[in-house]
Amino acid sequence: MSARGEARLWVAQRATAMMLAVFVLAHLVTIIYAVRNGLAGADILARTRGSVGVAVFYGLFVLASAIHGSIGLRTIAIEWLRMRSNPAGIFALVAGVLLVVTGLRAVVAVVAA
Amino acid sequence: MDEVKTLRVSVWRGGAEGRFQQFDVPRRESQTVLDVVTHIQRHLDPTLAYRFACRVGMCGSCAMSVNGTPRWTCRTHVDKVAKGDALTIAPLANMPVVRDLVADMREFFDKWARAKGQFTPTRTRHDEFVAVDPKSAPRREADAGIECIGCGVCYAACDVVKWNRDYLGPAALNRAWTLVNDVRDGGQEARLAAVAGDAGCHSCHTMMSCTELCPKELSPTRSIAGLKRATFARAFEEGGE
Repeated sequence: MSARGEARLWVAQRATAMMLAVFVLAHLVTIIYAVRNGLAGADILARTRGSVGVAVFYGLFVLASAIHGSIGLRTIAIEWLRMRSNPAGIFALVAGVLLVVTGLRAVVAVVAA
Repeated sequence: MDEVKTLRVSVWRGGAEGRFQQFDVPRRESQTVLDVVTHIQRHLDPTLAYRFACRVGMCGSCAMSVNGTPRWTCRTHVDKVAKGDALTIAPLANMPVVRDLVADMREFFDKWARAKGQFTPTRTRHDEFVAVDPKSAPRREADAGIECIGCGVCYAACDVVKWNRDYLGPAALNRAWTLVNDVRDGGQEARLAAVAGDAGCHSCHTMMSCTELCPKELSPTRSIAGLKRATFARAFEEGGE
């Protein structure tokens, strides 16, 4: 990959890190709220089903995680597994696609009516 | 002065393949690690190869690995680094070994060149001098990194150098940053291209071993962060590398 491409990956990883900081905080607050108020699975699903807000929030959360995580895995593959740039990129792409597919599947499961 | 009268010193002998050899060296007041190595070569084994020149922390020749940590040996007192009476001295890590305590620094300095660490003039001797305000922000940034003596301590301390053999390393990137802040320099485009990406500033994990161990108390980490900012806009320009 060109140096410019690698610089773009770096920017994407830093940008998604900033998004994740907000997402993770909101997610943790939601969990604490749910536990404190004794919300069982059914109660939570009743709130999330059909909610555009939840779909957008967790949809973006999944995309940001997939981008951030796969770029990080690319670096780990290069530095620790000694992979060259291209195979590491393919490895990261596969990991990213898996994260998107499984993550969005989970979002659909809690949002779809 | 503590109670230890004799130092038990393990010194690397050989090239990439080799072994540690034990020497007993008399403990002296205000003794530096370079004093220890010199004592061994002058009095115990004249075949020991090591490198030094100025002995006063200016030339950057004498860096070695002392008890596993890269140090400038001429300014490193035994008091500060000996574990009891034991010292282990080896050539700098992350470089090939020439022999004994001498590391091959060619790759280290080649990377300065690859990071476009050469000044690119924009004027000739017939032009007027450029007036650079010592208080200007770029000049202060350059000042903060300019005192590097090229000892290689940061390069030997850096885990990214160990993991990624193409990584230019803290010293070369620090050098590039001082030139990025040189308003007289005309080579910025090529320099910013050279220091971006996995071989350059974007691979730095900000572990700060370079900054912790730099004998001149520079912060290559800060310089690398500056390069990340400087290359940010470039990442989204069209065309080129």
